[in-house]
Parts: sequence; C-alpha cells; structure tokens
Amino acid sequence: MGEAIVITSGKGGVGKTTTTANLGAGLAKAGQKVALIDADIGLRNLDVVMGLENRIVYDLVDVVEGFAKLKHALIKDKRFENLYLLPAAQTRDKTAVSPEQMHELVSHMKEEFDYVLIDSPAGIEQGFKNAVAGADKAIVVATPEVSSVRDADRIIGLLEAQEKHKPFLIINRIRASMVKKGDMMDIDDMIEILAIELLGVVPDDEFIVVSTNRGEPAVLNPQSKAGEAYRNITRRLQGENVPMMKLDDDSGFLNRLRKLMGFKS
Amino acid sequence: MFDLFARVFGREDASKDVAKERLRLVLVHDRASLSPQALENLKNDLLKVISEYMDIDDEGFRVDFSRHDDAMALVANIPIRNVKRHSV
Repeated sequence: MGEAIVITSGKGGVGKTTTTANLGAGLAKAGQKVALIDADIGLRNLDVVMGLENRIVYDLVDVVEGFAKLKHALIKDKRFENLYLLPAAQTRDKTAVSPEQMHELVSHMKEEFDYVLIDSPAGIEQGFKNAVAGADKAIVVATPEVSSVRDADRIIGLLEAQEKHKPFLIINRIRASMVKKGDMMDIDDMIEILAIELLGVVPDDEFIVVSTNRGEPAVLNPQSKAGEAYRNITRRLQGENVPMMKLDDDSGFLNRLRKLMGFKS
Repeated sequence: MFDLFARVFGREDASKDVAKERLRLVLVHDRASLSPQALENLKNDLLKVISEYMDIDDEGFRVDFSRHDDAMALVANIPIRNVKRHSV
C-alpha cells in the first residue's frame, strides 16, 4: 500500500508544480514506483513541466467519469519506466470531479504505486478540496514573501481542520544573499511563524527556468543547486535523515569574479 | 552600499523585520477571524454573563476585533442602562 502526498500552497506561482515534478522524478530515480496526479483541472501544467505534453490521450476527468480506464490515461515518463502522470483535463473546470471521487481514485492508485503525488491548484476552493481529499500527507510550499507565508498559514489551518497528518513545509526560492543582508526572511523566521515541520529548503536557482523550458526536472541535473535540494527532500520522504543544505551566498565580489572567469562554484 | 551605510547608522530597519512584524499582526487577525455566526454566539454569551451584574443595552452592544499599533484586541462596547445594587 503506497502513500498519497498532496503538494499545495494557497498562493499561486510559488512552485507547487515544479516541486511535484522534481519530487516525482527524484523518487522514481530512487527506484520507487510513482504516479503524479495533476489536480489543476482547467489549467494543466504538470505535463509541460515533465515534458510529456505530446503524449496525452485521456485525462483525470475521463477516468473519473468512466470514459477511460486508469491504465489507459496514465502516461509513462520518457526517462523512468516506474514514473507515470495522470494529466488534468484542460477543457473542464474544478467542479467536474468531487472530493469523494478523488478519494476513491487515489485509494485505488495507492494499491499499485509506492507514492502518489497530487499537484494541487492554487486557492482554497473546490480544486484544493479535491486535491486534498485522498491524501495521507500534505506538503505546503511557501516562498519567503509576506503574501506567500500568509496564504500558507491559511492553508495549514484548513489542513489541520481536516485532521490530516500535520503538514510539512518546503521553503522555496530562498536567496542567501538577501537573507544575509536582512532583506529576506530566513528559515528560522518562516518556521517560527508557520510552526510546522520543515521538510526542505530550495534555493532560488535560474536553472529551474532552463529545466522548465526543456521539460526536464532539475532534480536530474547534478549541477543544479535546486536539484540537489530536491534530491535531499526525496531522501527525507523515504525516511532518511539528511541534514539541511548549506545555502551559500554567491553574490560576493570574489564569487562574481570567479563566475565571470568561468570557475563556476 | 548606501543601504548598508544607512543600516549601520540605524536609519533603516532590515526589511525582513518589517515583513515579520506585519505578518505577525495580519496572521493574528486571520487566525482569529470568526464567522459572523461565531461572533454572534460570542456576543450572546457575553451578554448573558454581563447581564448578571448589570442592566445593559443589547441594541448598542458591539463586539469587534480592533487593531492597534502593535497588537490585536477584542473590543466590546457595552452601553450600561443601570447597575444593580450590590446585595453584599
């Protein structure tokens, strides 16, 4: 029996889909059998982030409505044969499925997969309720910004009201140089405010843009700092005790000089 | 560079402290937000308790959250019609 984890945030654009794609690819690379569900019906994106947009035939709504079988709707990843994606419908809206239907679908998928990762839409309405319905655990993604932390707090309140397992926090897009100057909240500030367990910290990394352009999750790139952070989170999800990555500040004069001269640290 | 200079001489707070302080306040408000029904229940309960001690005007009775400079407060405005005579 596998485990279902929802990745959510409240606020849009903080990295839910990127996180889902990277954790999925990371877990699959570690040999786990993984299914990703894009629960953002009407605004699907996990397919493009994974580079699988050309292979979609059926989607989540087709499966829920009994129009297609689950095994026909699941898209096999290009890189890993133990990684699958169930895409969202693009021409329907959040009301096309109910929380009960999602719960049933996810329970069914947990029989076959070690991990079922559910990419939640932004917001706190039905799309969020659908995404959360079948999950055993929740990961809340937040960036060190006032608006993101506020929405994360709201989401944590809603998750706790559902008596799910207390959610875990991933702090995304942290910038060491700004933290050092006192212009960005640091890890301790965020934990103090949100009061939940930290699962990982992902540094702001330009490579994420490149990897999304290509449809290749950064976790598979050994040079990417964000990729390294996602690899660590993947190991923690599997029960390993991995220390938090040290965030280095590469804004200093020497570092910039080194970069300029091609000695990329 | 000017930023650093200004900060060293205490002319400007680190902006993350501003963010934290603003968040602290806004979250107290968000977390304390009660549904209109819950606020009404709270009001009725307060009314019941206070009525044991004094005669109050329940028409003019107001309960609300109020934000001061650095704190949140539950503010009740309770017009008194008459105070009962102490029997003890």
